[in-house]
Amino acid sequence: MLESDFQKQNRFFLNMGPQHPSTHGVLLIVLEMSGEYVLDPQPVLGFVHRMHEKMAESRPCGGFMPNTARMDYVCALPYNHGYVSLIERKTGIEVPKRAEYIRVITSELNRVASHLLWLGAYLLDLGAFTPILYGFDDREHILDILEDITGSRLTYCYYRFGGVYQDIDDKFVDATRAFIQRLRKRFVIYEKLVTKNIIFIKRTENIGIVSPDMALRYGMTGPNLRGSGIAYDVRKNEPYSVYPEFDFEVPVGAQGDCLDRYMVRIREMEQSLRIIEQALDRLPEGPVRAKVPKNIKLSPGDCNFAVEAARGELSYYLVGDGTSTPYRLKVRVPSYSNLSCLPELGRGILLPDLVSILGSFDLVIPEMDR
Amino acid sequence: MKQYFSEIYTGGKSLVEGLGVTFKALCQPIVTVQYPREEIDITPNYRGHIDLVLDPEKNTFLCISCGMCEKSCPSDCIKVKGKKMEGEKKKTLVLFELDFTKCSLCGTCVEVCPKDALEYSQEYNLAAFSREAFHFDILKRLEERRT
Repeated sequence: MLESDFQKQNRFFLNMGPQHPSTHGVLLIVLEMSGEYVLDPQPVLGFVHRMHEKMAESRPCGGFMPNTARMDYVCALPYNHGYVSLIERKTGIEVPKRAEYIRVITSELNRVASHLLWLGAYLLDLGAFTPILYGFDDREHILDILEDITGSRLTYCYYRFGGVYQDIDDKFVDATRAFIQRLRKRFVIYEKLVTKNIIFIKRTENIGIVSPDMALRYGMTGPNLRGSGIAYDVRKNEPYSVYPEFDFEVPVGAQGDCLDRYMVRIREMEQSLRIIEQALDRLPEGPVRAKVPKNIKLSPGDCNFAVEAARGELSYYLVGDGTSTPYRLKVRVPSYSNLSCLPELGRGILLPDLVSILGSFDLVIPEMDR
Repeated sequence: MKQYFSEIYTGGKSLVEGLGVTFKALCQPIVTVQYPREEIDITPNYRGHIDLVLDPEKNTFLCISCGMCEKSCPSDCIKVKGKKMEGEKKKTLVLFELDFTKCSLCGTCVEVCPKDALEYSQEYNLAAFSREAFHFDILKRLEERRT
């Protein structure tokens, strides 16, 4: 980009957000602009800080369960999963096999729901209105399925230490199988409507290229990292729960542009459906909740547990001091690291491309601020 | 030059294909609901705010006012009070309040209850103009349901 003398003298600042439709929440990005080109985008966080980590330190560990779902409301179940698994690892609680299978099925359903919401919201950012209606139509089926067993539609509190809140029934299994068949047919529609669309390709191809080196430097995880060609998935690289028993692939992109990140998420949904199908086929019988002491004591020492949330690696780090209240709970969320590369990535690009990049990162702001 | 025209061709084709998808959807049945005029039946497993269970035999609550729910609530939103009535050995429930503004619907109170005296309500159309409207008197709600 060549800046004329006139433009050099007329640089200006533009506040994108905190109330801006394509920042997906209360995120402010202060943009230094020259004409329509972005010179320096600086994200400003802290508008929805709710002290979740501090709240964990002020109540017995069971009381933090509902908070986990409020951090990432789009994909709440993996957040539940990480926290219960953390406490189970810390206290040595054994989880029944059936409960682990149910956790995997529901977590994967939630991941698909999250990706469907992202698909709609991203295309809305790019100016296409129709796909969000299609995405929400499919997502609604998942929410109905999950509502029937968890009791809520968005901020689930379904997992419990040593199992899950209630067992799944035949109705759930049938509905999930029907949904898998339905979504597989819908992928064809998405491909025709979105993936092949010339306007979409022009808006995403070669835009916002994150090199593998850059992705690693900023600690990016999840589909954003895999879009850059690095096949890192916590479910494969640091397996937890019963994931090693399933056969699934980790899709990766070629060069790390917005289109690659899009393709990775679409293919990830297909893989999630494969995992759900295998889990439903092999669903073991048995109890769904182990006996857990009423007062869970957290022994002195630290403990860490990482899971793969829809946006990347989510890691809980806990320090216990012998009481039932954690001394410290640190949550490492994926979106924060994913956003960190924006100042470097967004230098010298057009403003509409910045919107495209932001959307392709799939950011959830309450997760970053916590 | 050749690439320019081939791009116009493939691009135009992709747009027509996309329009085909939306046209098909136009001919399919409606999936949305006209909400205030139409409502979808809610699943019986829905977890709304808590309510006291009405014992059909005794036509009263099962609660023994032990206060377990009050103690276990992570957000301190339940208030329970029992009183010893004359000639009775055990306490009788006189107050059961829920501050729904603080409740996060985790269900700990329902699970911890030794008498299974709590259940989830099916109410989801909750909206009001004041904060106080969500300070529910659960005992009063039970009295209203009583026959």
